[in-house]
Amino acid sequence: MTGAFRTTTGGRIDRARPLSFRFDGRAFTGCAGDTLASALLANGVHLAGRSFKYHRPRGILAAGAEEPNALVGIDRGPGRYAPNLRATQVEIHDGLVAESQNRTPSLRFDIAALADFAAPLIPAGFYYKTFMQPAGWWAKLYEPRIRAAAGLGRAPRGADPDRYTQRYAHCETLVVGAGPAGIAAARAAAARGDRVILCDEQAEPGGSLLAETRARIDGLCAQDWLAAALAELAAEPRVTILPRTTAFGYFAQNFVALAERVTDHLAVPDPNLPRERLWQVRAREVVLATGAIERPLVFPENDRPGIMLADSARTYLARYGVKPGCRALVLAAHDDAYGAALDLAAAGMEIALIVDPRPAADGELPRRAMAAGLPVRMSATVVGTRGRLRVHEAHVGTIGADGGVRGVDVVSCDTLLMSGGWTPSVHLHSQARGKLAFRADLQAFVPGATPQACRSVGACAGEFGLQAALGPATRVEDDPVREGGFAGALPHDRPRARAFVDFQNDVTAKDLTLALREGFRSIEHVKRYTTNGMATDQGKTSNINALAIVAAASGRAIPEVGLTSFRQPYTPVTFGAFAGTSRGELFDPVRTTPIHGWAVAQGAIFEDVGQWKRAHHFPRPGEDMHAAVRRECAAVRARAGIFDASTLGKIEVVGRDAAEFLERLYVNSWKKLEPGRCRYGILLNEAGFVIDDGVIGRLAPDRFHVTTTTGGAARVLSMMEDYVQTEWPDLQIWLTSTTEQWAVIAVQGPKAREILAPLTEGIDLSRDAFAHMAVREGRVAGVPARLFRVSFTGELGFEVNVPAGQGRAVWEAIWEQARRHDAVAYGTETMHVLRAEKGYIIVGQETDGTVVPDDLGLGWAIGKGKRDFVGKRSLSRPDIAAPGRKQLVGLLSADPGHVLDEGAQIVAMRDPPPGTPALGHVTSSYWSATLGRSIALALVADGRARHGQTLFAPMPGGAVPVAVTGPVFHDPEGRSLDG
Amino acid sequence: MLLIACPHCGPRDEAEFVCGGQTHIARPGPPETTSDAQWARYLFERDNPKGLHLERWLHRHGCGQWFNVARDTLTHEVKAVYGLLDTRPDVT
Repeated sequence: MTGAFRTTTGGRIDRARPLSFRFDGRAFTGCAGDTLASALLANGVHLAGRSFKYHRPRGILAAGAEEPNALVGIDRGPGRYAPNLRATQVEIHDGLVAESQNRTPSLRFDIAALADFAAPLIPAGFYYKTFMQPAGWWAKLYEPRIRAAAGLGRAPRGADPDRYTQRYAHCETLVVGAGPAGIAAARAAAARGDRVILCDEQAEPGGSLLAETRARIDGLCAQDWLAAALAELAAEPRVTILPRTTAFGYFAQNFVALAERVTDHLAVPDPNLPRERLWQVRAREVVLATGAIERPLVFPENDRPGIMLADSARTYLARYGVKPGCRALVLAAHDDAYGAALDLAAAGMEIALIVDPRPAADGELPRRAMAAGLPVRMSATVVGTRGRLRVHEAHVGTIGADGGVRGVDVVSCDTLLMSGGWTPSVHLHSQARGKLAFRADLQAFVPGATPQACRSVGACAGEFGLQAALGPATRVEDDPVREGGFAGALPHDRPRARAFVDFQNDVTAKDLTLALREGFRSIEHVKRYTTNGMATDQGKTSNINALAIVAAASGRAIPEVGLTSFRQPYTPVTFGAFAGTSRGELFDPVRTTPIHGWAVAQGAIFEDVGQWKRAHHFPRPGEDMHAAVRRECAAVRARAGIFDASTLGKIEVVGRDAAEFLERLYVNSWKKLEPGRCRYGILLNEAGFVIDDGVIGRLAPDRFHVTTTTGGAARVLSMMEDYVQTEWPDLQIWLTSTTEQWAVIAVQGPKAREILAPLTEGIDLSRDAFAHMAVREGRVAGVPARLFRVSFTGELGFEVNVPAGQGRAVWEAIWEQARRHDAVAYGTETMHVLRAEKGYIIVGQETDGTVVPDDLGLGWAIGKGKRDFVGKRSLSRPDIAAPGRKQLVGLLSADPGHVLDEGAQIVAMRDPPPGTPALGHVTSSYWSATLGRSIALALVADGRARHGQTLFAPMPGGAVPVAVTGPVFHDPEGRSLDG
Repeated sequence: MLLIACPHCGPRDEAEFVCGGQTHIARPGPPETTSDAQWARYLFERDNPKGLHLERWLHRHGCGQWFNVARDTLTHEVKAVYGLLDTRPDVT
C-alpha cells in the first residue's frame, strides 16, 4: 500500500512499483509516477511548509508550477542540494530525500511562528516604518537581525559536482505546452513539414488530458487519444518532444530559453548525462499553449493546510489516484469546482457542502452535482476556518443583497476546495512584449497583439474547453461549458481576520488596502510596498486577486489599474544551467606563449595578464619574490637578461596607403619614416586620451609591423578596422593580427649584442649598421627573424621576432648563449621595475583614460605640422589646454627604504583637513636595485612645475613625505642604450 | 536576443555582433575649422529615441564587417539592414 489515501484503481501511477522516500527524516512510500506532493497527500500529509513572514503552517495548494506553499529542499548528496523546489513538480524516485523549509526546529512546531501572534504589529511596510531611527542602529543591529531572518531555503554548500550543458536549436515551430491545444498545434505544424519542438514542463506530455475524466475525443477516452496522438508525433522525424522542459524566458525575435531537467527524476542517473540542459531556441513561429492557472479565493483564514485549489484536488485523484481527504467543503465561484466535487464524490469522498458565492449557477456541471444529490448553498461564502495544522471546520455565511454576510454555520471538513475560475498563463506572451486585454466575463487578462511571430492557443488565450483547444476537425463529446470566475476578496464581516492573497509572501487583503490608504496608487508601487507577487512564484496565484482588490478599494476598473510586468524566468532556473560548461578551467580561455613550457620547467611564478599567463619572476632556490627581482634587475643592468615578450599585440599593416593610415590614426609622423626604422607610436581616442602605445617598424614602403600593449591588441585592431571601414574606406590597406604568429624574445643589457652575434645571420649587429630604433630581417638560430633594436629597459636591447612554432627552440638557443655571459631570464616584475627606473610609461598604469600625451611628457611624439589625427581636435579643447592638469613626475620618499603604495593619494599638506582634494596619485612604485632605494611615478597637478617640492602621501600610519623629481631616475642621458 | 541579418552572412544571433551606437555621424574636420561646440557634439551627443534608431553594428564573430541597422528600440524589431555607406533607408 502506498498511502492510506491512495485509490485502488485509476490514475497514471504504477501501484506495482512502490518507491521509498524520506520527508523531514520520516520514511514514506509512493508509486512510480508520483510527485512528492501526490505521494505526501497519498499518505495523508498536507502540512508541507511554513510561510515566509508569519511562519504559518501551510499545505499543498496546487498540483503544478504555481504551487506557492509546498517549497522543499532536495538533498542528492554533497554539493547537490537544491532549495525552494515545488513539491508539486518534484518527481519521486527510490531514495529521494526531501525536507521542508523555513521552520525551527520542526514543521509541526516552529518557534518563529511567534511572528504570527505579532502579526497585527507587522503590517505592510513594517520594515520601512520601523527601522528608521536611530540611524546608527541600522548597520549594527537592524540589518544583521533582518538578514538572519530573511531568505527562503538554504544554499547548497560546496561546489556543484553536476554537469550542465547547453544547446542551440532552430525550428519553424516551437510549441510551448503539450496539453490538448499544444498537441493540436504541433500536429498541424508537423503536417506542414515544419521542424517542430514541443516542450512541456511536466514529466509526461498531455497537460489537462492526463487528468481528463469525462470527455471522449474522436470516440476515445482522453488518455487513449493522447497516447495515439503522441505516438504519431513521436514517429515524425522532424518533431522533437521535450518533457521536463520549462520555457522560462521569451526574448526578442522569437528567441526562447528552455530549461530541461535531464536526471533529477532518476534514482541512479547515467553519469554520462548532464543534470540539466539549457536550450536556446530560435523559432520562426512560437505557439504558446501554456494553459491556465486556477485562482484561489480570498476569504478569512484561507491558508490552512487542507485548503486546496479544487481542480488540483481533482487532478490528484484522476492522475495520481489520491484522495485529498475524507470530507470536503467546496467553495465554488466557478463551475469547474462542481466537476471536482462530482469526481471526488464518485471516488468515495464525502462532499459536506458546496458553497457558491454566486446567486445562481445553472451550468451543466452544477446541475449534475445537484442531480447527484450533492448539497449546494448559493449566495454563500466562507468567513472563517479552524484547525492549526489542518483545517477541521469552515464557517459558512450567507451573502445578503447589500453585500453583507450574516448567519454562520459551522461545517466540519478536513479538506476545503476552492475555485475562483481560471487565469490564463500569459507570462510568455507578455515577455514577448505582447499586449494584454481584460475580459470581464473571465475576470482575467488574455493575450492581445504581439510584435513577434507568436500566437496563443487554448486556455492561455482564454479559449477554454477541449473543443476550442483541439479544433473543429476533432470530435469532442461531453465537454460541457463551464462558467464563472471571481477575482478579489470575498465579503466577510470580520474586520480583524486575515485573508491571504499571496501565500508565499504572506500578503493579506488588508495589507493591500493599507497600502492604498497610505497613498500608493500605482500597482507597481503597491506590489513593491506589500511584496505581493514578489516571491519565487512571482504571484502566479495572487496577482489577479491583488489587482482586483486594489481596483475595488480605489474605485477603478481592473484594466485601469493595469498589470505588473511578467519577468523571466517563469519558474526558477539553476545557476548551473546558465553557466553550462563555463566553469573551472573552461570559464575563460588561458593563453600561453610558445616559451611557456620552458618557464614552467624553470620554476617561474606566473601572473595573469588578461587571458595570458606571463612569467612574473624566476626565483632560485631560497629566493622570495623580492630577492629574485633584485637579482634579475641587477643582472640585466650589469650583464644581460632575456625576456618573453610574445604576448605583445602585433598587427601587420600592409598596402599602398599603409603610411597614410597610420598617419591619420597615431599622433606621430609616419610618412617620412624610412624602411628599416622604428618609431614609438602613441594612439589616442577621439577624446584625446592615450589608449595604447607601442613600437612600429617600417619593413617596406607599404608594410608596417605594429606592436600594441598586451591587453590592447584586440581593441586596437578593432579600432583600426572601424576607421578603415567607416571613416576612410578610400584607403587601400589590409590589417592582419599577427600576435600569435610571432614569438618575441627581448634580449636586454650591455651583453645583448654579444649574446645574439653568434646566432645571427644576414644582419650586421654593429652599432653603426644597426642603430637604436631600427629593424632588420635575417636569421636568428637558423630561423627567419625580424630583429628590432629597441629597449624597454634603457639598456642596449633587441627584440627577436620568430615564427611562433620555432619560438621555444630559438629561446633555448639564445638562453645557451646568455648563460655564457651569466645573463638571466627575467619576468614581468623586473621588466616593470627597469622601465620605471627609466620613466617609461605603461598604458593602463600611468594612464587611466583621462591622460593626454602632454600630461605624460610625451608631447614631443606628436607629429609637427600634422593637420589631423584621431583625437587631435580634442587636444585643444578648453579643459585640456587649461593649466593645472595632472602631469607625470617621479617621487622619492624621504625614507629611501619606504616603498609607497600604488594608488596612494598625494597632497600638499602633512595633515590636510577632511575634504581637501588630492593633487594626484602614485601610479607605479618599486624598490629599485639599481638605485638602492625606492622610486615611484605619479600623476600630480602641475607636476612639472613642482620638481624639488616636498609633498605628502597620507597613509594610515602617518603621512609620508616625498620629494618631486623628474620621472627618469636612471641614466637620463641614455648612455646605456648603445651598450 | 536579436536576430540580425548581416548583409554578408545572413541572419545570425546577436551574440555574434557588437553594437557601435548611433550611425550617420560624420566626423567633423579639419580641426582648425571645427568649433569646440561642433566637436563636443561629435564626441558626446547622441540620440536616445524611443522607437526607430539607426545604429552601427559589427559582425565581430563573423565576417568582421560594419554595417547599419534600423531598429525599433521599443519592440526590438529590426526594420532594415543596410550598408555602411548607404543612405538612410525609407523606414519609420
